[in-house]
Amino acid sequence: MVKYFLGQSVLRSSWDQVFAAFWQRYPNPYSKHVLTEDIVHREVTPDQKLLSRRLLTKTNRMPRWAERLFPANVAHSVYILEDSIVDPQNQTMTTFTWNINHARLMVVEERCVYCVNSDNSGWTEIHREAWVSSSLFGVSRAVQEFGLARFKSNVTKTMKGFEYILAKLQGEAPSKTLVETAKEAKEKAKETALAATEKAKDLANKAATKQQQQQQFV
Amino acid sequence: MNSVGEACTDMKREYDQCFNRWFAEKFLKGDGSGDPCTDLFKRYQQCVQKAIKEKEIPIEGLEFMGHGKEKSENSS
Repeated sequence: MVKYFLGQSVLRSSWDQVFAAFWQRYPNPYSKHVLTEDIVHREVTPDQKLLSRRLLTKTNRMPRWAERLFPANVAHSVYILEDSIVDPQNQTMTTFTWNINHARLMVVEERCVYCVNSDNSGWTEIHREAWVSSSLFGVSRAVQEFGLARFKSNVTKTMKGFEYILAKLQGEAPSKTLVETAKEAKEKAKETALAATEKAKDLANKAATKQQQQQQFV
Repeated sequence: MNSVGEACTDMKREYDQCFNRWFAEKFLKGDGSGDPCTDLFKRYQQCVQKAIKEKEIPIEGLEFMGHGKEKSENSS
């Protein structure tokens, strides 16, 4: 996810004055954060354009919360490259500027086009575009993706656990009835045996009594 | 303005003076030939490129105007 900036500025000076000033603007009262400036490449093309690469070192000013979060970045200055094409025939200059370190934390890219002001040919306008991006966005997305993947895996485990315990509970019911039936049968058998014994006793008594009665009649 | 190589600051200032004069008086007026600063530039570049290597500033392999630029793995 990139933050985009678009802006336009006007300088009330002619294009050639602005282009010359471009190379002399450091130092100035507003550039205390710019520590060093060096041309590291320069050439004139066959079609009379000046290509330059300027290396700048700037202080790395961050709010305190950022210093706490990114302590490794605090000690290092920011290195910035500014590539430019000066086209005196068309009276335009294009620049592209970006940081070449601290890039994993944040990259700021700026593209400017300098040209003669459309209303006043004695003035110069600057069309400025910038893109601010951070790979930390990618980190937060990765954390989200990982969280979701782990959650889904845990849902699968939850459902498998449920099915396991349900099967276990439903499986125990039939085996419990068999035990009860066996118990009941045992009880019933006991009763039957007891009853049979009583009956036998009774029958025996009855037979004995009848014998006694028979003996009396003789 | 200082150079990133402390030893190069004087060479840088000498070159800058020469360049600024040529840029305003010749180049912008359509005369891009005959750059009088080439020797000064050579001396200055020898010094500053050495300083850049010593400080391990990752300016290598970066395409002009940033098109298809590589992101250095060593960026902090």
